[in-house]
Amino acid sequence: MAKVVAVTGNEACANALRQVNPDVCGVYPITPQTDMMQKYASYVSNGKVDTEIILVESEHSSMSACIGAAAAGGRVVTATSSQGLALMWEMLHIASGDRLPIIMPVVNRALSAPLNIHGDHSDAMGARDTGWVQLWSENAQDAYDNTIQAFRIGEHMDIRLPVMVCLDGFIISHSIERMEYLEDEEVKGFVGEYKNFLPLLDLDKPKSYGPLILPDLFHEYKKAQHEVMLKVKDVVLKVAADFEKLSGRKYGLFESYRLDDADIALVILNSAAGTTTDIVDGFRARGIKAGLLKPRLFRPFPYDEVAEALGKVKAVCVMDRSDSFGGYGPVFMEISSALYPLQERPVLINRIYGLGGRDYLPEHGEAVLNELDEIAKGGKVEKYKEYIGVRE
Amino acid sequence: MKLKGWKDLTPGSVILEGGNAVQFKTGSWRAFRPVWKKENCIHCLFCWIYCPDMAVNVKDGKMMDFNYDYCKGCGICALECPGKKGQTAIEMVEEGK
Repeated sequence: MAKVVAVTGNEACANALRQVNPDVCGVYPITPQTDMMQKYASYVSNGKVDTEIILVESEHSSMSACIGAAAAGGRVVTATSSQGLALMWEMLHIASGDRLPIIMPVVNRALSAPLNIHGDHSDAMGARDTGWVQLWSENAQDAYDNTIQAFRIGEHMDIRLPVMVCLDGFIISHSIERMEYLEDEEVKGFVGEYKNFLPLLDLDKPKSYGPLILPDLFHEYKKAQHEVMLKVKDVVLKVAADFEKLSGRKYGLFESYRLDDADIALVILNSAAGTTTDIVDGFRARGIKAGLLKPRLFRPFPYDEVAEALGKVKAVCVMDRSDSFGGYGPVFMEISSALYPLQERPVLINRIYGLGGRDYLPEHGEAVLNELDEIAKGGKVEKYKEYIGVRE
Repeated sequence: MKLKGWKDLTPGSVILEGGNAVQFKTGSWRAFRPVWKKENCIHCLFCWIYCPDMAVNVKDGKMMDFNYDYCKGCGICALECPGKKGQTAIEMVEEGK
Protein backbone atom coordinates (compact mmCIF):
# COMPACT_ATOMS: atom_id res chain seq x y z
CA MET A 1 0.00 0.00 0.00
CA ALA A 2 1.33 3.38 -0.97
CA LYS A 3 1.76 6.00 1.68
CA VAL A 4 1.15 9.62 0.71
CA VAL A 5 3.71 11.99 2.21
CA ALA A 6 4.87 15.60 1.94
CA VAL A 7 8.66 15.53 1.72
CA THR A 8 11.66 17.14 0.00
CA GLY A 9 13.52 15.46 -2.86
CA ASN A 10 16.49 14.86 -0.58
CA GLU A 11 14.29 13.22 2.04
CA ALA A 12 12.64 11.06 -0.63
CA CYS A 13 16.00 9.79 -1.90
CA ALA A 14 17.29 9.18 1.63
CA ASN A 15 14.14 7.18 2.36
CA ALA A 16 14.59 5.13 -0.83
CA LEU A 17 18.12 4.31 0.29
CA ARG A 18 16.85 3.41 3.78
CA GLN A 19 14.30 1.04 2.29
CA VAL A 20 17.01 -0.66 0.22
CA ASN A 21 19.34 -0.81 3.26
CA PRO A 22 22.67 -1.06 1.40
CA ASP A 23 25.85 -2.51 2.93
CA VAL A 24 28.05 0.57 2.65
CA CYS A 25 27.51 4.30 2.17
CA GLY A 26 30.38 6.74 1.54
CA VAL A 27 29.46 10.17 2.89
CA TYR A 28 30.83 13.65 2.32
CA PRO A 29 28.51 16.63 2.61
CA ILE A 30 28.02 19.20 -0.12
CA THR A 31 25.19 21.64 -0.72
CA PRO A 32 22.49 20.83 -1.84
CA GLN A 33 23.03 17.11 -1.24
CA THR A 34 23.93 17.58 2.45
CA ASP A 35 20.63 16.89 4.14
CA MET A 36 20.08 13.72 2.09
CA MET A 37 23.20 12.20 3.64
CA GLN A 38 22.46 13.85 7.00
CA LYS A 39 19.10 12.12 6.97
CA TYR A 40 20.75 8.84 6.00
CA ALA A 41 23.36 9.20 8.75
CA SER A 42 20.51 9.59 11.25
CA TYR A 43 18.96 6.34 9.97
CA VAL A 44 22.31 4.68 10.67
CA SER A 45 22.60 6.27 14.14
CA ASN A 46 19.04 5.30 15.01
CA GLY A 47 19.53 1.70 13.91
CA LYS A 48 17.01 1.93 11.07
CA VAL A 49 19.55 0.43 8.64
CA ASP A 50 22.52 -1.92 8.88
CA THR A 51 24.64 0.18 6.54
CA GLU A 52 28.28 0.79 7.37
CA ILE A 53 28.62 4.51 6.86
CA ILE A 54 32.09 5.75 5.93
CA LEU A 55 32.73 9.41 6.74
CA VAL A 56 35.51 10.42 4.42
CA GLU A 57 37.67 13.51 3.90
CA SER A 58 36.60 14.32 0.33
CA GLU A 59 34.39 13.13 -2.49
CA HIS A 60 37.42 11.62 -4.19
CA SER A 61 37.84 9.48 -1.08
CA SER A 62 34.11 8.82 -0.90
CA MET A 63 34.02 7.36 -4.39
CA SER A 64 37.28 5.49 -3.71
CA ALA A 65 35.77 3.94 -0.56
CA CYS A 66 32.66 3.02 -2.54
CA ILE A 67 34.76 1.37 -5.25
CA GLY A 68 36.65 -0.66 -2.66
CA ALA A 69 33.46 -1.71 -0.90
CA ALA A 70 31.72 -2.61 -4.15
CA ALA A 71 34.72 -4.62 -5.38
CA ALA A 72 34.76 -6.39 -2.01
CA GLY A 73 31.22 -7.50 -2.77
CA GLY A 74 28.88 -5.03 -1.07
CA ARG A 75 25.82 -3.12 -2.20
CA VAL A 76 27.10 0.44 -2.13
CA VAL A 77 25.64 3.95 -2.32
CA THR A 78 26.74 7.55 -2.00
CA ALA A 79 25.39 10.94 -3.07
CA THR A 80 26.92 14.22 -4.16
CA SER A 81 26.55 17.52 -6.01
CA SER A 82 28.55 19.92 -8.14
CA GLN A 83 32.19 20.31 -7.01
CA GLY A 84 31.86 17.00 -5.19
CA LEU A 85 31.01 15.20 -8.39
CA ALA A 86 33.82 17.07 -10.11
CA LEU A 87 36.27 15.92 -7.44
CA MET A 88 35.10 12.32 -7.94
CA TRP A 89 35.80 12.54 -11.65
CA GLU A 90 38.74 10.17 -12.02
CA MET A 91 37.16 7.63 -9.67
CA LEU A 92 33.87 7.73 -11.62
CA HIS A 93 35.67 6.20 -14.60
CA ILE A 94 37.16 3.52 -12.36
CA ALA A 95 33.75 2.59 -10.89
CA SER A 96 32.32 2.07 -14.38
CA GLY A 97 35.46 0.52 -15.87
CA ASP A 98 35.54 -1.99 -13.01
CA ARG A 99 31.81 -2.56 -13.61
CA LEU A 100 30.76 -1.81 -10.02
CA PRO A 101 27.04 -1.07 -9.58
CA ILE A 102 27.34 1.86 -7.16
CA ILE A 103 24.13 3.89 -6.87
CA MET A 104 24.48 7.66 -6.47
CA PRO A 105 21.84 10.37 -6.32
CA VAL A 106 23.34 13.54 -7.82
CA VAL A 107 21.64 16.73 -6.65
CA ASN A 108 22.36 18.93 -9.64
CA ARG A 109 24.15 22.19 -8.90
CA ALA A 110 26.24 24.63 -10.94
CA LEU A 111 30.01 24.28 -11.10
CA SER A 112 32.37 27.08 -10.02
CA ALA A 113 33.56 29.69 -10.97
CA PRO A 114 31.91 31.95 -10.04
CA LEU A 115 30.88 30.06 -6.92
CA ASN A 116 27.18 29.21 -6.91
CA ILE A 117 25.23 26.68 -4.88
CA HIS A 118 22.04 26.56 -6.94
CA GLY A 119 20.64 24.18 -9.46
CA ASP A 120 21.83 23.61 -12.99
CA HIS A 121 23.02 20.54 -14.87
CA SER A 122 26.68 21.33 -15.44
CA ASP A 123 27.84 18.82 -12.79
CA ALA A 124 26.14 15.70 -14.18
CA MET A 125 26.69 16.78 -17.79
CA GLY A 126 30.39 17.02 -16.96
CA ALA A 127 30.17 13.37 -15.91
CA ARG A 128 28.42 12.38 -19.13
CA ASP A 129 31.37 10.42 -20.51
CA THR A 130 32.36 8.64 -17.29
CA GLY A 131 30.55 5.41 -18.22
CA TRP A 132 27.80 5.81 -15.60
CA VAL A 133 24.17 5.21 -16.41
CA GLN A 134 22.24 8.47 -15.89
CA LEU A 135 18.57 8.70 -14.94
CA TRP A 136 17.05 12.20 -14.67
CA SER A 137 14.15 13.11 -12.41
CA GLU A 138 11.52 15.82 -12.75
CA ASN A 139 10.35 15.84 -9.13
CA ALA A 140 10.70 14.12 -5.77
CA GLN A 141 8.51 11.22 -6.89
CA ASP A 142 10.71 10.64 -9.96
CA ALA A 143 13.86 10.90 -7.85
CA TYR A 144 12.50 8.36 -5.33
CA ASP A 145 11.26 5.98 -8.01
CA ASN A 146 14.45 6.31 -10.08
CA THR A 147 16.63 5.65 -7.03
CA ILE A 148 14.79 2.40 -6.34
CA GLN A 149 14.86 1.33 -9.99
CA ALA A 150 18.57 2.25 -10.27
CA PHE A 151 19.49 -0.73 -8.05
CA ARG A 152 17.74 -3.18 -10.35
CA ILE A 153 19.31 -1.58 -13.44
CA GLY A 154 22.89 -1.26 -12.23
CA GLU A 155 22.94 -4.61 -10.43
CA HIS A 156 21.42 -6.56 -13.33
CA MET A 157 23.83 -9.42 -14.09
CA ASP A 158 24.02 -8.43 -17.76
CA ILE A 159 24.84 -4.83 -16.85
CA ARG A 160 26.83 -4.33 -13.59
CA LEU A 161 27.30 -0.60 -14.02
CA PRO A 162 27.10 2.38 -11.65
CA VAL A 163 24.01 4.59 -11.88
CA MET A 164 23.54 8.30 -11.19
CA VAL A 165 20.07 9.55 -10.33
CA CYS A 166 19.92 13.26 -11.12
CA LEU A 167 17.52 15.70 -9.44
CA ASP A 168 17.55 19.50 -9.49
CA GLY A 169 19.29 21.21 -6.59
CA PHE A 170 16.98 23.18 -4.25
CA ILE A 171 14.07 23.24 -6.72
CA ILE A 172 13.55 19.53 -6.04
CA SER A 173 16.04 18.68 -3.29
CA HIS A 174 14.66 21.27 -0.85
CA SER A 175 11.04 21.83 -1.91
CA ILE A 176 8.35 19.87 -0.13
CA GLU A 177 6.05 17.98 -2.49
CA ARG A 178 3.23 15.54 -2.19
CA MET A 179 4.41 12.12 -3.24
CA GLU A 180 3.89 8.43 -2.56
CA TYR A 181 6.22 6.08 -0.73
CA LEU A 182 6.13 2.35 -1.28
CA GLU A 183 6.11 0.10 1.76
CA ASP A 184 9.54 -1.00 3.03
CA GLU A 185 8.79 -4.64 2.23
CA GLU A 186 7.69 -3.75 -1.29
CA VAL A 187 10.98 -1.96 -1.97
CA LYS A 188 13.02 -4.77 -0.42
CA GLY A 189 11.15 -7.30 -2.54
CA PHE A 190 11.57 -5.19 -5.67
CA VAL A 191 15.34 -4.68 -5.41
CA GLY A 192 15.91 -8.19 -4.01
CA GLU A 193 18.90 -9.60 -2.17
CA TYR A 194 22.18 -8.22 -3.45
CA LYS A 195 23.95 -10.66 -5.76
CA ASN A 196 27.72 -10.60 -5.84
CA PHE A 197 29.72 -10.65 -9.02
CA LEU A 198 33.45 -11.39 -8.72
CA PRO A 199 33.73 -10.22 -5.08
CA LEU A 200 37.22 -9.68 -3.69
CA LEU A 201 36.13 -11.13 -0.34
CA ASP A 202 35.57 -14.57 -1.85
CA LEU A 203 38.82 -15.80 -0.32
CA ASP A 204 38.67 -19.22 -1.97
CA LYS A 205 38.88 -17.52 -5.34
CA PRO A 206 41.54 -14.83 -5.08
CA LYS A 207 41.38 -12.17 -7.77
CA SER A 208 42.67 -8.71 -8.61
CA TYR A 209 40.82 -5.52 -9.53
CA GLY A 210 42.38 -2.66 -11.45
CA PRO A 211 45.18 -4.27 -13.43
CA LEU A 212 47.40 -2.55 -15.97
CA ILE A 213 45.96 -3.18 -19.42
CA LEU A 214 48.29 -2.24 -22.25
CA PRO A 215 47.52 -1.41 -25.91
CA ASP A 216 47.14 -5.10 -26.79
CA LEU A 217 43.81 -5.30 -24.84
CA PHE A 218 42.68 -1.83 -23.72
CA HIS A 219 40.77 -1.06 -26.92
CA GLU A 220 38.83 -4.35 -26.53
CA TYR A 221 37.88 -3.50 -22.93
CA LYS A 222 36.46 -0.15 -24.02
CA LYS A 223 34.50 -1.77 -26.85
CA ALA A 224 33.06 -4.23 -24.29
CA GLN A 225 32.11 -1.27 -22.05
CA HIS A 226 30.33 0.43 -24.94
CA GLU A 227 28.48 -2.78 -25.82
CA VAL A 228 27.24 -3.32 -22.26
CA MET A 229 25.88 0.24 -22.26
CA LEU A 230 23.81 -0.68 -25.33
CA LYS A 231 22.06 -3.40 -23.26
CA VAL A 232 20.98 -0.90 -20.59
CA LYS A 233 17.99 0.44 -22.52
CA ASP A 234 16.15 -2.91 -22.52
CA VAL A 235 16.88 -3.47 -18.84
CA VAL A 236 15.59 0.03 -17.99
CA LEU A 237 12.32 -0.76 -19.77
CA LYS A 238 11.94 -4.18 -18.12
CA VAL A 239 12.63 -2.73 -14.68
CA ALA A 240 10.16 0.09 -15.40
CA ALA A 241 7.50 -2.46 -16.37
CA ASP A 242 8.01 -4.33 -13.09
CA PHE A 243 7.98 -1.04 -11.21
CA GLU A 244 4.70 -0.05 -12.82
CA LYS A 245 3.11 -3.30 -11.60
CA LEU A 246 4.26 -2.45 -8.09
CA SER A 247 3.55 1.28 -7.99
CA GLY A 248 1.16 2.05 -10.83
CA ARG A 249 3.61 4.69 -12.04
CA LYS A 250 4.85 4.40 -15.59
CA TYR A 251 8.43 5.12 -16.65
CA GLY A 252 10.17 4.86 -20.01
CA LEU A 253 13.37 5.99 -21.70
CA PHE A 254 11.87 9.48 -21.88
CA GLU A 255 8.45 11.02 -21.42
CA SER A 256 6.45 12.47 -24.30
CA TYR A 257 3.80 15.05 -23.54
CA ARG A 258 1.27 15.91 -26.30
CA LEU A 259 3.95 15.08 -28.84
CA ASP A 260 2.10 12.70 -31.21
CA ASP A 261 0.63 15.37 -33.50
CA ALA A 262 2.87 18.27 -32.43
CA ASP A 263 4.17 20.86 -34.90
CA ILE A 264 6.54 22.40 -32.38
CA ALA A 265 8.19 20.92 -29.31
CA LEU A 266 10.56 21.59 -26.48
CA VAL A 267 13.07 19.09 -25.15
CA ILE A 268 13.80 19.80 -21.50
CA LEU A 269 15.25 17.87 -18.57
CA ASN A 270 14.18 17.60 -14.95
CA SER A 271 12.15 20.13 -12.94
CA ALA A 272 11.63 22.64 -15.78
CA ALA A 273 9.62 19.96 -17.61
CA GLY A 274 6.84 20.36 -15.04
CA THR A 275 6.48 24.08 -15.77
CA THR A 276 6.69 23.32 -19.48
CA THR A 277 3.68 20.97 -19.51
CA ASP A 278 1.56 23.93 -18.33
CA ILE A 279 3.01 26.14 -21.06
CA VAL A 280 2.28 23.44 -23.66
CA ASP A 281 -1.32 23.21 -22.42
CA GLY A 282 -1.64 26.97 -22.85
CA PHE A 283 -0.49 26.78 -26.47
CA ARG A 284 -2.76 23.81 -27.18
CA ALA A 285 -5.68 25.83 -25.79
CA ARG A 286 -4.84 28.50 -28.35
CA GLY A 287 -4.88 25.88 -31.13
CA ILE A 288 -1.10 25.68 -31.51
CA LYS A 289 0.11 22.09 -31.57
CA ALA A 290 2.91 22.19 -29.03
CA GLY A 291 4.53 19.24 -27.28
CA LEU A 292 7.30 18.27 -24.89
CA LEU A 293 9.93 15.55 -24.67
CA LYS A 294 11.53 15.02 -21.26
CA PRO A 295 14.58 12.72 -21.39
CA ARG A 296 14.91 10.25 -18.52
CA LEU A 297 17.72 7.89 -19.59
CA PHE A 298 20.49 10.23 -20.74
CA ARG A 299 23.33 7.69 -20.71
CA PRO A 300 23.06 5.49 -22.66
CA PHE A 301 21.03 7.83 -24.88
CA PRO A 302 18.05 6.30 -26.73
CA TYR A 303 18.78 7.83 -30.14
CA ASP A 304 16.40 5.74 -32.28
CA GLU A 305 13.43 6.16 -29.96
CA VAL A 306 13.97 9.92 -29.65
CA ALA A 307 14.26 10.24 -33.44
CA GLU A 308 10.97 8.36 -33.77
CA ALA A 309 9.28 10.63 -31.23
CA LEU A 310 10.56 13.94 -32.64
CA GLY A 311 10.99 13.09 -36.34
CA LYS A 312 7.66 14.49 -37.55
CA VAL A 313 7.74 17.69 -35.52
CA LYS A 314 8.41 20.79 -37.67
CA ALA A 315 10.55 22.77 -35.25
CA VAL A 316 12.16 21.70 -31.98
CA CYS A 317 14.02 23.69 -29.34
CA VAL A 318 16.36 21.82 -27.05
CA MET A 319 16.56 23.62 -23.73
CA ASP A 320 19.86 23.16 -21.90
CA ARG A 321 20.46 24.01 -18.25
CA SER A 322 24.23 23.79 -18.78
CA ASP A 323 26.54 24.84 -21.56
CA SER A 324 29.48 23.53 -23.47
CA PHE A 325 31.04 26.96 -23.89
CA GLY A 326 31.88 27.60 -27.49
CA GLY A 327 29.77 24.60 -28.49
CA TYR A 328 26.10 23.68 -28.17
CA GLY A 329 24.39 22.57 -24.96
CA PRO A 330 24.89 18.88 -24.13
CA VAL A 331 21.24 17.86 -24.59
CA PHE A 332 21.15 19.64 -27.96
CA MET A 333 24.14 17.61 -29.14
CA GLU A 334 22.30 14.36 -28.37
CA ILE A 335 19.03 15.40 -30.00
CA SER A 336 20.90 16.68 -33.01
CA SER A 337 22.76 13.35 -33.33
CA ALA A 338 19.48 11.46 -32.96
CA LEU A 339 17.73 13.44 -35.71
CA TYR A 340 20.56 13.69 -38.24
CA PRO A 341 20.06 10.22 -39.82
CA LEU A 342 16.43 11.06 -40.73
CA GLN A 343 15.68 12.01 -44.33
CA GLU A 344 13.37 14.77 -43.15
CA ARG A 345 13.94 16.26 -39.76
CA PRO A 346 12.75 19.18 -37.65
CA VAL A 347 14.46 22.55 -37.63
CA LEU A 348 16.46 22.38 -34.41
CA ILE A 349 17.50 25.25 -32.17
CA ASN A 350 19.20 25.39 -28.79
CA ARG A 351 18.38 27.72 -25.90
CA ILE A 352 20.37 27.90 -22.66
CA TYR A 353 18.27 28.70 -19.59
CA GLY A 354 18.35 28.69 -15.80
CA LEU A 355 22.09 28.54 -15.09
CA GLY A 356 23.10 28.72 -11.44
CA GLY A 357 19.51 28.47 -10.26
CA ARG A 358 18.08 31.31 -12.41
CA ASP A 359 14.31 30.73 -12.38
CA TYR A 360 12.76 29.17 -15.44
CA LEU A 361 9.52 31.09 -15.83
CA PRO A 362 6.49 30.35 -18.01
CA GLU A 363 7.27 33.40 -20.18
CA HIS A 364 10.66 31.90 -21.05
CA GLY A 365 9.12 28.72 -22.42
CA GLU A 366 6.33 30.74 -24.08
CA ALA A 367 8.80 32.98 -25.89
CA VAL A 368 10.66 29.95 -27.22
CA LEU A 369 7.45 28.24 -28.35
CA ASN A 370 6.36 31.47 -30.10
CA GLU A 371 9.71 31.53 -31.89
CA LEU A 372 9.27 27.86 -32.88
CA ASP A 373 5.75 28.63 -34.14
CA GLU A 374 7.20 31.27 -36.49
CA ILE A 375 9.95 28.87 -37.64
CA ALA A 376 7.40 26.09 -38.25
CA LYS A 377 5.45 28.47 -40.47
CA GLY A 378 8.54 29.05 -42.61
CA GLY A 379 10.21 31.79 -40.58
CA LYS A 380 13.96 32.24 -40.57
CA VAL A 381 16.09 30.97 -37.68
CA GLU A 382 17.80 34.03 -36.26
CA LYS A 383 20.21 32.16 -34.01
CA TYR A 384 20.68 28.42 -33.56
CA LYS A 385 22.08 28.80 -30.08
CA GLU A 386 21.18 31.60 -27.68
CA TYR A 387 20.85 32.28 -23.95
CA ILE A 388 17.33 33.12 -22.75
CA GLY A 389 16.23 34.98 -19.61
CA VAL A 390 19.54 36.86 -19.67
CA ARG A 391 20.07 40.59 -19.18
CA GLU A 392 21.87 42.56 -21.89
CA MET B 1 49.44 -16.64 -28.21
CA LYS B 2 46.09 -15.61 -29.69
CA LEU B 3 44.89 -12.39 -28.13
CA LYS B 4 41.35 -12.24 -26.75
CA GLY B 5 38.55 -10.42 -28.57
CA TRP B 6 36.22 -8.00 -26.74
CA LYS B 7 33.54 -10.67 -26.20
CA ASP B 8 35.97 -12.94 -24.34
CA LEU B 9 37.03 -10.50 -21.64
CA THR B 10 36.16 -10.72 -17.94
CA PRO B 11 33.87 -7.78 -17.09
CA GLY B 12 35.67 -4.98 -15.31
CA SER B 13 39.13 -6.29 -16.30
CA VAL B 14 39.13 -8.41 -13.10
CA ILE B 15 41.96 -10.93 -12.99
CA LEU B 16 40.55 -14.25 -11.80
CA GLU B 17 43.83 -16.05 -11.43
CA GLY B 18 45.68 -15.34 -8.18
CA GLY B 19 49.45 -14.78 -8.30
CA ASN B 20 49.66 -14.49 -12.06
CA ALA B 21 52.22 -11.66 -11.86
CA VAL B 22 54.69 -14.52 -12.32
CA GLN B 23 53.66 -14.48 -15.99
CA PHE B 24 54.72 -10.86 -16.39
CA LYS B 25 58.49 -10.67 -16.55
CA THR B 26 59.79 -7.21 -15.83
CA GLY B 27 63.54 -7.77 -15.54
CA SER B 28 64.29 -6.18 -18.91
CA TRP B 29 63.74 -2.68 -17.45
CA ARG B 30 66.84 -3.03 -15.29
CA ALA B 31 69.77 -0.62 -15.63
CA PHE B 32 71.67 -1.90 -12.56
CA ARG B 33 71.93 -5.53 -11.52
CA PRO B 34 72.31 -6.79 -7.92
CA VAL B 35 75.22 -9.18 -7.65
CA TRP B 36 75.30 -11.57 -4.68
CA LYS B 37 78.59 -12.03 -2.88
CA LYS B 38 77.96 -15.31 -1.14
CA GLU B 39 80.98 -15.02 1.16
CA ASN B 40 79.55 -11.89 2.81
CA CYS B 41 75.97 -13.21 3.19
CA ILE B 42 74.62 -13.92 6.70
CA HIS B 43 71.24 -15.13 5.33
CA CYS B 44 69.27 -12.53 7.29
CA LEU B 45 66.83 -12.48 4.31
CA PHE B 46 66.39 -8.70 4.48
CA CYS B 47 66.83 -8.73 0.69
CA TRP B 48 63.95 -11.20 0.36
CA ILE B 49 61.68 -9.22 2.70
CA TYR B 50 62.43 -5.85 1.16
CA CYS B 51 62.34 -6.94 -2.50
CA PRO B 52 59.12 -5.35 -3.93
CA ASP B 53 58.86 -8.14 -6.51
CA MET B 54 59.94 -11.79 -6.38
CA ALA B 55 63.54 -11.47 -7.46
CA VAL B 56 65.16 -13.20 -4.46
CA ASN B 57 65.18 -16.99 -4.42
CA VAL B 58 65.17 -18.51 -0.94
CA LYS B 59 65.30 -22.18 -0.04
CA ASP B 60 65.24 -23.68 3.48
CA GLY B 61 65.73 -20.27 5.05
CA LYS B 62 68.80 -19.51 2.97
CA MET B 63 69.39 -16.94 0.26
CA MET B 64 70.05 -18.92 -2.95
CA ASP B 65 70.39 -16.37 -5.77
CA PHE B 66 68.57 -13.59 -7.64
CA ASN B 67 65.85 -14.25 -10.22
CA TYR B 68 66.64 -11.60 -12.79
CA ASP B 69 63.35 -12.19 -14.67
CA TYR B 70 61.65 -9.99 -12.04
CA CYS B 71 64.47 -7.75 -10.81
CA LYS B 72 64.04 -4.13 -11.97
CA GLY B 73 67.33 -3.10 -10.38
CA CYS B 74 65.75 -0.80 -7.75
CA GLY B 75 68.67 -1.45 -5.40
CA ILE B 76 66.62 -1.71 -2.21
CA CYS B 77 68.17 -5.10 -1.42
CA ALA B 78 71.68 -3.64 -1.71
CA LEU B 79 70.72 -0.69 0.50
CA GLU B 80 69.24 -2.92 3.20
CA CYS B 81 71.92 -5.61 3.11
CA PRO B 82 73.88 -5.52 6.44
CA GLY B 83 76.60 -7.83 5.02
CA LYS B 84 79.26 -9.39 7.19
CA LYS B 85 81.63 -7.23 9.23
CA GLY B 86 80.85 -4.17 7.11
CA GLN B 87 81.35 -6.03 3.83
CA THR B 88 78.14 -5.94 1.74
CA ALA B 89 76.77 -9.13 0.26
CA ILE B 90 74.88 -7.31 -2.51
CA GLU B 91 76.52 -4.95 -4.96
CA MET B 92 74.79 -3.05 -7.74
CA VAL B 93 76.62 -3.39 -11.05
CA GLU B 94 75.70 -1.45 -14.19
CA GLU B 95 74.17 -3.66 -16.86
CA GLY B 96 76.27 -4.15 -19.96
CA LYS B 97 79.52 -3.69 -18.10
